Amino acid sequence: MRLVRLADAAAPPLVALLATIVAFALFLLAAGADPLRAYGLIYLGAFGTWFSWQNTLVRAAPLLLTALGMALPAQIGLIVIGAEGGFVAGGVAAIAAGLPLAALGLPAVIVLTGMALAGMATGAALVAACGALRHWRGVNETISSLLIAYIAIAVCDQLVEGAMRDPASLNKPSTRPLPEALMLGTIPGTNVHLGLVLGLIFCVLAYVFVFHTTWGFAARVVGANARAGRLVGLPVGRLILIVTALAGAATGLAGMVEVAAVQGAASADLAVGYGYTGILVAFLARQNPLAVIPVAVLMGGLEASGGLLEQRLQLPDATITVLRGLLFIMLLASETLQGRLRLKLRARAPRPAPEPVRRAQAGGA
Amino acid sequence: MASGSGFSRRAVLGGLGLGAAGLAAGSLAAPAARAAGKTIVGFIYVGTANDYGYNQAHAEGAAAVRKMPGVTVLEQARVPETVAVQNTMDGMINLDGASILFPTSFGYFDPFVLRLAKSKPKAQFLHAGGLWKEGEPLNAHSYFGFISQAVYTAGIVAGHMSKSKKLGFIAAKPIPQVLRNINAFTLGAQSVDSSITTTVVFTGDWFLPVREAEAANSLADQGADVLTCHVDSPKVVMETADKRGIFCTGYHTNQAVLAPKAYLTGAEWNWTGLYPRLVGDLIAGKTLPNMIRGGFREGFVRNSAYNAIVPEAARKQADGVRAQFMAGNFAVFKGPLKDNKGNTVLGAGTTLDEFDLVLEQMNYLVAGVIGSTS
Amino acid sequence: MSGIGWWGVPVAVLAGAIRVSTPFLFVSLGELVTEKSGRVNLGLEGTLVMGAMSGFAIAWLTGSPWLGVLAAALVGALLGVLHAAICSLPRVNPIAVGIAMMLFGTGLAFYLGKPFIEPKAPELPALDLGFWSANPAIRSALKVNALFFIGVALAPALVWMLRNSGIGLVLRMVGDSEDAARAMGYSPRLVRLAATGFGGALAGIGGSFLSLYYPGSWNEGLSSGQGITAVALVIFARWNPMGCLWASLLFGGAGALGPALQAIGVTGFYHLFNALPYIVTLLIMIVSCSPDRTLAGAPGELSITR
Repeated sequence: MRLVRLADAAAPPLVALLATIVAFALFLLAAGADPLRAYGLIYLGAFGTWFSWQNTLVRAAPLLLTALGMALPAQIGLIVIGAEGGFVAGGVAAIAAGLPLAALGLPAVIVLTGMALAGMATGAALVAACGALRHWRGVNETISSLLIAYIAIAVCDQLVEGAMRDPASLNKPSTRPLPEALMLGTIPGTNVHLGLVLGLIFCVLAYVFVFHTTWGFAARVVGANARAGRLVGLPVGRLILIVTALAGAATGLAGMVEVAAVQGAASADLAVGYGYTGILVAFLARQNPLAVIPVAVLMGGLEASGGLLEQRLQLPDATITVLRGLLFIMLLASETLQGRLRLKLRARAPRPAPEPVRRAQAGGA
Repeated sequence: MASGSGFSRRAVLGGLGLGAAGLAAGSLAAPAARAAGKTIVGFIYVGTANDYGYNQAHAEGAAAVRKMPGVTVLEQARVPETVAVQNTMDGMINLDGASILFPTSFGYFDPFVLRLAKSKPKAQFLHAGGLWKEGEPLNAHSYFGFISQAVYTAGIVAGHMSKSKKLGFIAAKPIPQVLRNINAFTLGAQSVDSSITTTVVFTGDWFLPVREAEAANSLADQGADVLTCHVDSPKVVMETADKRGIFCTGYHTNQAVLAPKAYLTGAEWNWTGLYPRLVGDLIAGKTLPNMIRGGFREGFVRNSAYNAIVPEAARKQADGVRAQFMAGNFAVFKGPLKDNKGNTVLGAGTTLDEFDLVLEQMNYLVAGVIGSTS
Repeated sequence: MSGIGWWGVPVAVLAGAIRVSTPFLFVSLGELVTEKSGRVNLGLEGTLVMGAMSGFAIAWLTGSPWLGVLAAALVGALLGVLHAAICSLPRVNPIAVGIAMMLFGTGLAFYLGKPFIEPKAPELPALDLGFWSANPAIRSALKVNALFFIGVALAPALVWMLRNSGIGLVLRMVGDSEDAARAMGYSPRLVRLAATGFGGALAGIGGSFLSLYYPGSWNEGLSSGQGITAVALVIFARWNPMGCLWASLLFGGAGALGPALQAIGVTGFYHLFNALPYIVTLLIMIVSCSPDRTLAGAPGELSITR
């Protein structure tokens, strides 16, 4: 039964993938490029070699966490698109905590833990604020999360170019760098940083939280129907706070990893769109924390292969964005096939009531 | 990320990757260039290559390299200053066999170029920005032009053309290279009339067209009648000056076609002159210095041709100063010089040579500039 | 010619309110019509960018800026209809489709727009309302683009249309209760298709203003989130077209404040000044929303307010 259900869930995305491949091939033909060669290059750039794999995984690492920033609130029926803000603020908070800890001469494990906690707390506060505004003031969380992200990024830019600026960072205003020895290392034998492992762990933990804990179950009940949740006595406000805080913590941790493993310091370059790509990943994963993993890898692969299309086929740099957009639209449209492609075996199972599910996806709380 | 033993291991893995890439690429229409023993040069831009600005100046240099025999040029645009640039360069080396790389954005250098240079000792990295320090990898080079010299001569022309004695400068961020240009522009204009002031508006980032237009309009509202800028794409500022019926001087590359009436002259990079020289030297097996810097004299910068309306007196003074720069006996920054808070920043008799590293740390705006560095 | 000192700030805010507000006005009015039918289109950011690119391209190719505006409207309508068509499939989430359309529209515009970054297209005409003043700052501030007037006229026209016309009635009925509309023999699907197409057309026009008038060229940094912010303005405006007008003016003026203050020498904290429009919007939303009642004017079928 489990296999059947899995096949049932996987069928629409596969249809969408095929449709995207055909549509993008037509698009390439219109652009005068050879689709087969383009797909060959995408494969080569994303997964064709060990180098490509590492490139792909490095790009996927932040997406694992930023996608959770969207996928977790979706369980409780909230559409939060402010992961970018949590990412940037998390990164700045992490370095703000890490520098004094490093100055005390503490070992790397403690410094990095402190940084992670600071980043997570800051991200959690930002996203939980959207949840709180939603619950207690009725402010739409999609819009407020975006506005809060814009504001948080402006505040962080002001900090890294003002109060927190390292006077030695002359032409690229940044905070003081974390000492090289304290930085988050790589997975042995690769040049993929340990942020990937953290991301994987968090995705699994998020999955367990959502599908195998009472809190997760309660959140999904509220997400399916908030009124029903209230009627059975669930603490809706507290649930919203917990779930949005966890989501924010994931985005803040992603920012901490970017600082501690990649950039070494915080600067305006933290805001380069990992948060927004995370939204895409979460939707493609149908808000399932475990499905976020393969989708993030796929997305990282597409990004990694963009350069080859540009260099070898002379296609514009936006080609991969078009492909991502097409894939996204097709996958969403394929949701409508859900249940219609069901195998005969499945027909015996009781049909779930579609109405509350639809509402949950539409973002009603 | 960078641990001692990691490097060699990465280098080995990189080599494996290269082999695998060769195999895979063989089945996937390998670039003909590699088989033919050509030199492959990769250019990476932070924005679009035809932005009438920073990236276009580099792309014009890349186009000049493309014309060289035995050279294949790879280009990738809109690569952010993140690990993406490291991966892009790594990809050019691993999958395309590039041996010379031009990561052209300032923020690419630390840590991304440095990290990759350590793990790819055979590739040569030529970074635009002038950032290399003693102890950093020897296959990493950083070049930069003293464009403030060309900004100074543009400031002379602006000083001659301004009737209101107020100039406007739209800048991205208060960093040394930008402050140096604001100061050079003001000093050039003040060499014509010491009462001239320059008002600065910082937009906060390198490419914000709507805000740059707002800044240009606000400056025009305040009576500024010559505008210039230090942002990635000066297009909007030039066009706004043209619409407002005031003058402008360009930056990065030639924007005269965008504002035929308003464009007086401009400070341009001369990468078309420099890049083929650098690539030619590397192909010939020469070792390049790690810091490569120069101004008018070394052919790194130039001015756009004057607009027909620029009077003879202005041309004569600007040409004269340029000739002195070429001869190496003119300095933009010389004492006595005060900042706009009244502090003396250079004592009488002090002259700063363009190569002086003190200039790379500029953190003040000279007297006559309205604006602050924070 | 001399500056106008402190007076420059109110003049710049006024000028900014007029110059910068137009795209917000068109996108928010378009989104308002779409939302009145009970559908949210978050993809208008992509539509705006596509409108900017296609409007510029057509204006340059044909030499007529108005043909450019028309093309932008058509492209916008097309994207809107596509959004509506996908959303009308059962079980498809309109918010997600909006985000996808945002990505797709932006990507497509960047892809197709490469050849149009360099050329210069003819500009939309403007009316010189400041002819009476000798001051160039005031003259410039009152040089008002024709599209601004169209937008300003559109707001009361939409108020009237929604309140009094048959089309407005049907639109509101579909937005408030699908079942009621169906009972009356109207197809919610078709009405929404039309409303989303109309909203897309307006957003496309808003985009063409960016590339054909202010700042007046096509490039990839043209939109810094104006499309998505305009969607926020609709909630802020309580689904009232006149509210969209005021909100857009406020937003444009707030955006002009930062550069204007620096131009008179008030420096520092420019990042925060630049974020002012977002701070203002958020604060007003916090103050004006309430958890206990649905927002006045909110269409009943609208998922974003539930």
